[in-house]
Amino acid sequence: MGCSSPCASCKLLRRRCTKDCIFAPYFPSDDPYKFAIVHKVFGASNVSKMLQELPVHQRADAVSSLAYEANARVRDPVYGCVGAISFLQNQVSQLQMQLAVAQNEILCIQMQQESAWPTLIDHQQDDKSFLLATNNLDNISQYLNFASSSNVIQDAALKRESFWT
Amino acid sequence: MNPGRCAACRYLRRRCAEDCILSPYFPYNDPQRFVSVHKIHGASNVTKLLQQLPTHLRAKAADSLYFEAQCRVEDPVYGCVGLIFLLQQQIHSAESELAKTQAEIAVLKSQAQHTQAQPFEAESDVNNLLQEQLDNIANVSFSNQASSGFIN
Repeated sequence: MGCSSPCASCKLLRRRCTKDCIFAPYFPSDDPYKFAIVHKVFGASNVSKMLQELPVHQRADAVSSLAYEANARVRDPVYGCVGAISFLQNQVSQLQMQLAVAQNEILCIQMQQESAWPTLIDHQQDDKSFLLATNNLDNISQYLNFASSSNVIQDAALKRESFWT
Repeated sequence: MNPGRCAACRYLRRRCAEDCILSPYFPYNDPQRFVSVHKIHGASNVTKLLQQLPTHLRAKAADSLYFEAQCRVEDPVYGCVGLIFLLQQQIHSAESELAKTQAEIAVLKSQAQHTQAQPFEAESDVNNLLQEQLDNIANVSFSNQASSGFIN
C-alpha cells in the first residue's frame, strides 16, 4: 500500500493533502499549471469556499469554468473573459444584421414576383385564347387583316418589355 | 473614522492611504462593487493584478473584474463562461439561419430568371402558332388556285 502523491493545490500550498481534500479530485498532481493560475486569479481560499457552497456533482464544472476564466485573465490581464464576450457579442450582432438584410431581400423578391405574375398571365392568356378561338379560315383571315394593320404581336411584346425594364 | 475611505478600505477596515491603488476604481458610494470583486477574486489578487498594469488600463481591468465577479455571483457553477457558451450557441444558430435564408434567395432568384425568360418563350409560341395558321391558309389557297386553274 503506497501513499498517494499530494494534489497540485497541496503541493503548491505546501501542505499535507488529506483524504477529504476538497481540491484533490479537481486538481491532480500531473497538472500543476491549472491550480497555479486558478490560485493566482481567484485565490485558494476563495476557490475552496466556492466549491464548498456547491453540490458535489457541480464542482467539476465549476472548476473547469474557473480554470477557463483564469486562463483568459492570464492571457489578457485587462479584459480576461470579457474580451471574448465582447467579440462574440459583435459577431452575433453582425450575423443578426446580415440575417435581417437577407430576409428583407426575400420579401422584396417575393413582392416582385407577386406583382409580375398577374400581368404576365393576363397577356399570355389574351394571345393564346384569342388564337384558340379563331379556329376556322374566316376568323383567321380576319385576324390576318387585323394583324397586318396593327401589329398586335409587336405591341404585346413591347408591353411586356416595358414592364420588365 | 475617516469619511474619505474608498469602498475597499472601508470593507477591509483599514486606513485608506492617499496612493491607495484600489481607491480610484472602488469608490465609497458603491460598496457592492468591491464586495463582489473581493468575494470572487480577493483584494490581494486584485491589488497585485492592478499593480502589474499601466495606470491607463487599470479602470478597464477593474470593470472587467467586476463583470466577471457579478457573473460568478449569479451563476456560481459557470460564471461568465456560461455567457460565452450561450453566445456561441447564438452564433451557430444565426449562421445556420443565414445559410438557409441565402439558399432560399438563390432559389427565388433562379425562379425569377426563369420567369423572365418565359415571356419570350410565350411570344415565340404565339409566333409559331401564327406561322402554322399562315401555312395552312397558304396551302388551302394554293390548292384552290390549282384546282380552279386545272378546271380552267
